[in-house]
Amino acid sequence: MTHVITVPPSLDDHSFEQVLEQVAPLPDDAKLVVDARHVRWASPYGLTALLTFAQTRQVMPTLAVPELDDTASYWARTAFFQHAEELYELRGTYPKRRDAGESSVLLEITPIAKSDDVHDVVGRVQERAQRIIKSELKLESKAIIGFAMTLSEVCQNIIEHAGQGGWVAVQSYNWARRLGRRVVVIAVCDAGLGFRKSLESTPGHVPTDRWDDAAALEAAVIRGVSRFRDRGRGQGLAGTRSYVGRWKGKLSVRSGTARISIVPGWDDDVPLAEGLPAFPGAQVQVIIPEAVPETEGR
Amino acid sequence: MMMQHIDISSVLRQTLACDLYSNLVTRKTGAAVRGQIEQLLGDAPADGRALTVIDFSHVSMIDFSCADEVVAKLLLRYADDDQASEVYFLFRGVTEDHWDAIEAVLERHGLALALESGDDVRVVGALSDGERRAWEAAYRLGDANADDVAAETGTDGADARDMLEALWRRRLVMRVNGRYVAVGGTRRHG
Repeated sequence: MTHVITVPPSLDDHSFEQVLEQVAPLPDDAKLVVDARHVRWASPYGLTALLTFAQTRQVMPTLAVPELDDTASYWARTAFFQHAEELYELRGTYPKRRDAGESSVLLEITPIAKSDDVHDVVGRVQERAQRIIKSELKLESKAIIGFAMTLSEVCQNIIEHAGQGGWVAVQSYNWARRLGRRVVVIAVCDAGLGFRKSLESTPGHVPTDRWDDAAALEAAVIRGVSRFRDRGRGQGLAGTRSYVGRWKGKLSVRSGTARISIVPGWDDDVPLAEGLPAFPGAQVQVIIPEAVPETEGR
Repeated sequence: MMMQHIDISSVLRQTLACDLYSNLVTRKTGAAVRGQIEQLLGDAPADGRALTVIDFSHVSMIDFSCADEVVAKLLLRYADDDQASEVYFLFRGVTEDHWDAIEAVLERHGLALALESGDDVRVVGALSDGERRAWEAAYRLGDANADDVAAETGTDGADARDMLEALWRRRLVMRVNGRYVAVGGTRRHG
């Protein structure tokens, strides 16, 4: 029997949960048709999570691609279809070729599996990020280097902890509906070990009374705990947290059944969401918004 | 005393065997760069003093993981008074673009380093007020004993000696014939 999973028209980190909720009662080897025909918009998180989702399935799912030309064309420009062709049976028509010159795509969806991939990603993003962060987000030039550092660290999280490859995408857009400002968004998703299993692999690890995905995320993201005993470990996420705090951005890390967020004043998300549908690996999103003068009081 | 200059961007290019990247990113790259530096330092005299300039001038950026490997672990390895040879580091070309990552790892490990800043050298990182004052006094004096530093900082001789010995163990001052020279001070005072 084939199950149809409906992708919400606007696909982001929150609405992607609807995809997982529909899949939660189904066995891992269930035959799925992921119906994205009516999707109009997708964030970098939505797109990388869709690829990651396919990697978690035992039977290759089918993806019904967006019917709207603009949407399909945008997905093509992010290199989504290029990667999806290997993970999904694609149904419907979509542009086979990626058009160059998409200014809002700072980094098309890129696989991350090894250290060289991180060098490549940071090198490719730096010049474009510089232009966008300075002229569009109106942030100080110091934010540019911090952005590259953050990108590097969140990508390394895959190499160090996932035990398999993952995906990264970076995009800037006008987040009119939610924020009314421009943002730059980094999304990094993998279907690997996840934080709980990674921390459980620490030699001598003794789980606490309430040891679960949420506790593991609190340990890693808030307290900088790493599975490595080396005192220098765990600085990547700590640095990311500090960067996000400094530029009034948002950091969300989802792993297993929980999501932890560093929530800025402009957002009303919960700091910790528990009891979410299980999803392997780790999914990280960093949002850096356009600066607003303090007097505007936003 | 042996002196050496290590251009980190050259080491990075050799490590990656490619000219494409000038960013010090990833822990793996950092460990490889540190390995190369340690190999270069292996040429230092077995029982002498060596001052090595670690030059970041041509490095675009460094991330936290790489800074932990290249800066923190390097300092940790050589800040050991049991070693036969004394290896000192002077950091050059560190800009604001590198500083966030370097500052974070110094803080994390409780480390400090001597940093060239224009025509001067200053000590940065985790130091007590006493250590900082003693280092700055030694740097101003160029070549000092504990009593000189005590007079300069308004402390007593025993306290000044303790501070200078602590700084020597951290390889922030050199001990030369019973006198103390701040790292980078030789450059200023000849």
